[in-house]
Amino acid sequence: MTVKELIEEMKLEIVAGEENIDNVIKGGYVGDLLSFVMSHAKEGNLWITIQGHINSIAVATLLGMSAIVLTEGSVLTEDAHKKANDEGIPVLSTNLSSFDFICKLSSKGIL
Amino acid sequence: MKIFYDFHIHTALSPCGDQLMSPNNIVNMAMLNQLDVIAITDHNTCKNCEAVMKVGEEKGLLVIPGIEIECMEEFHLIALFHDLKEAKYIEDILRNHMPNIENRADIFGEQHILGENDEVIGEEKQLLLTATLLSVYAIVEKVKEIGAIIYPAHIDRSSYSIISNLGFLPEDISFTALEVSNNANLESYIQKYPEHLIIKSSDAHYLQDIAERESYILADTVSIEDIFRCINATS
Repeated sequence: MTVKELIEEMKLEIVAGEENIDNVIKGGYVGDLLSFVMSHAKEGNLWITIQGHINSIAVATLLGMSAIVLTEGSVLTEDAHKKANDEGIPVLSTNLSSFDFICKLSSKGIL
Repeated sequence: MKIFYDFHIHTALSPCGDQLMSPNNIVNMAMLNQLDVIAITDHNTCKNCEAVMKVGEEKGLLVIPGIEIECMEEFHLIALFHDLKEAKYIEDILRNHMPNIENRADIFGEQHILGENDEVIGEEKQLLLTATLLSVYAIVEKVKEIGAIIYPAHIDRSSYSIISNLGFLPEDISFTALEVSNNANLESYIQKYPEHLIIKSSDAHYLQDIAERESYILADTVSIEDIFRCINATS
């Protein structure tokens, strides 16, 4: 599935990196401790987190993740917004918690 | 006497630090701002402290060697040391407890080790911008054991702060000081944490962010001993 299809299916808001919404999602990863995510998430993963700061974009870029979903309405900081656009990392937003977001993904049979 | 300080300054060794954060530029800017003392606090390393200390000594500015440590719980702590030997001792402990991830300068930024003439004398290959595998408890114990100073950094921030990540100050760790960032309302933190010394530092990654002559502590002389005594005395 592509990020674009995910946005439509889950009715997500895209907050940055719109140019790359054709990225293909290969599995997902949930986590808010960046160091742990950095050493465990995989290329192509959809990353579900509350961390909307500039280092989140660096981690997603490093691993070649397909997109970031910021849950519980977490805000993307201004510098992170710019970096996400520069690096082409789509950042999506939802008011659901990480748990509820994944439950919804699962119940819709999306991932 | 009032001693005007900035105890949280990054150099070009921190990947997020600007390349212009060189020993001479930092010392010159701090002196221009009429500070009495600064501390160099790169992420999980003290490798640029020596050069800045040398420049400070030549120009007459006290430079304290420090490290901004990231604990397992992924928040930052400022450690300040009496000398380079202490700093190096803690750096070695951190290094033995860091994931071996190579820095990607194109993503995180360069990690330059600089000499006292601002020349690049080396490059840190290992990514510094990461958590160590040591808990806050272990780190505080190690730093206090050698008589150095440690306190949580920028507790007013929403990321990399003890308050944002743990939700509270654990009662079983005794910090004498707490740091707030430039944007924080100092008075409100002094009221909220009356038993702590509230230190307001810049966390400068760019020259223009180095503190003005604004925050001060009261110590007998501009010396590391007296400054540390003042920070420790609060509790």
